[in-house]
Amino acid sequence: MPALRIENLKKSYGNVPVLKGINLAVENGDVVAVIGRSGSGKSTMLRCINGLEPFQEGTIEVVGHKLDQSRANLRELRKEVGMVFQSYNLFPHLSVAENITLAPRVVKGLPRDEGSALVREVLSRVGLAEKADAYPDELSGGQQQRVAIARSLAMKPKVMLFDEVTSALDPELTGEVLKTIAQLAEAGMTMVLVTHEMGFARRVATRTVFMHQGTVWEEGKSEEIFTHPKTPELKNFIAPDLK
Amino acid sequence: MIQSFGWQSVQFLFHGLVWTVGLSLCTFVGGGIFGLLFAIARSLGPNWLRALVAGYIQLVQATPLLIVVFLSYYGLSFLGFYFPPLAAAAISLTIYATAFLADIWRGCIEAIPRTQWEAADALALSPFQRLRYVILPQAFQISLGPTVGFMVQIVKNTSVTALIGFVELTRAGQLLNNMTFQPFHVFLTVAAMYFVVCYPLSWWSEKLKERKHAGTAH
Repeated sequence: MPALRIENLKKSYGNVPVLKGINLAVENGDVVAVIGRSGSGKSTMLRCINGLEPFQEGTIEVVGHKLDQSRANLRELRKEVGMVFQSYNLFPHLSVAENITLAPRVVKGLPRDEGSALVREVLSRVGLAEKADAYPDELSGGQQQRVAIARSLAMKPKVMLFDEVTSALDPELTGEVLKTIAQLAEAGMTMVLVTHEMGFARRVATRTVFMHQGTVWEEGKSEEIFTHPKTPELKNFIAPDLK
Repeated sequence: MIQSFGWQSVQFLFHGLVWTVGLSLCTFVGGGIFGLLFAIARSLGPNWLRALVAGYIQLVQATPLLIVVFLSYYGLSFLGFYFPPLAAAAISLTIYATAFLADIWRGCIEAIPRTQWEAADALALSPFQRLRYVILPQAFQISLGPTVGFMVQIVKNTSVTALIGFVELTRAGQLLNNMTFQPFHVFLTVAAMYFVVCYPLSWWSEKLKERKHAGTAH
């Protein structure tokens, strides 16, 4: 059974269709990069997966929790799906440790005395063990984004979604965040990444999905997609990276 | 029975001040409780509830407080609900404070970026948990300055209840003036007493607003 299965996902804003029937299955341990032009629907698709965007048709299934347009099961599904955003979205009024333990405590009933062990564990995975007591505004963008990844990891998700998580960072900070994601990939985390980092997609993602005009235009093994693009749209899109 | 302004007069006025402060506190607590509920309903409730609360806020904000006070005191007694001046004063000031605090706090709730709501959603927080742990604590921080500032308005506006015979500071001043015929002594003392209560609140409100602008979010 795939970790994540999207079937016939359709969404429109009024009369404007943005997703025209997406089908995608992500196996356990897969790292799927989603690439495509701005407006191709890739972020919208990602946001549908954990119900941040309502959709009109189709189903999304994560480890047995099935989500359709009725939005029943939404919280059950969200417990299994972590999400990291472009703008980090840490809670500014809470310390790093509190950001990390909030959801495990109130959603999963984590006892207070187990909190600090969890904080140490997830912070060490993103290389920020010493920052537990800092507040978000005391951290660099890259550090904030790694804390956001740690916060998401603390819920022990089966699938993690990354929505252009390095787009707001300079190249140096981008590097440290990508390194963290690559380590998660090596550790076997199932991930879907919407990204504009073509080199990273090619190197780290096991599969790459090219979205165009609200559909999955082309998909396959990352190496295959980047070296032998079949459709002219994909060829055009990655052309600058092939030079 | 003309008497001259003296220590006893100050004591008399002070007694009125105690009622002014007491009425202000009642108003703030009552207006605070309903204001919070209304603010949440206004920003998060179903459409019909939002419209209802918005209507309430607009209606009360567009009505002179004195009219609300007269309606609670004379109007309701005409309908057979007699409230003593203290109760009528507390009810009408609560109606008034609820409308303004609900509006102030709604603004604070809506000032929290959409992305914070989404981050809470993505972590599987329930709508109540999202409000309790993520939105309200942040809204609370930005609301402190304007809220304390509004307390000054409450204190000053308790004076309109003098017109239904509730003996707070202003009414005490009127009574004393009738006994002493020394309006400058009396009303300057009254004004000074309002100032002593209101100025620290204004000062505090400004401090809280500065802190917000300095960007210390914790």
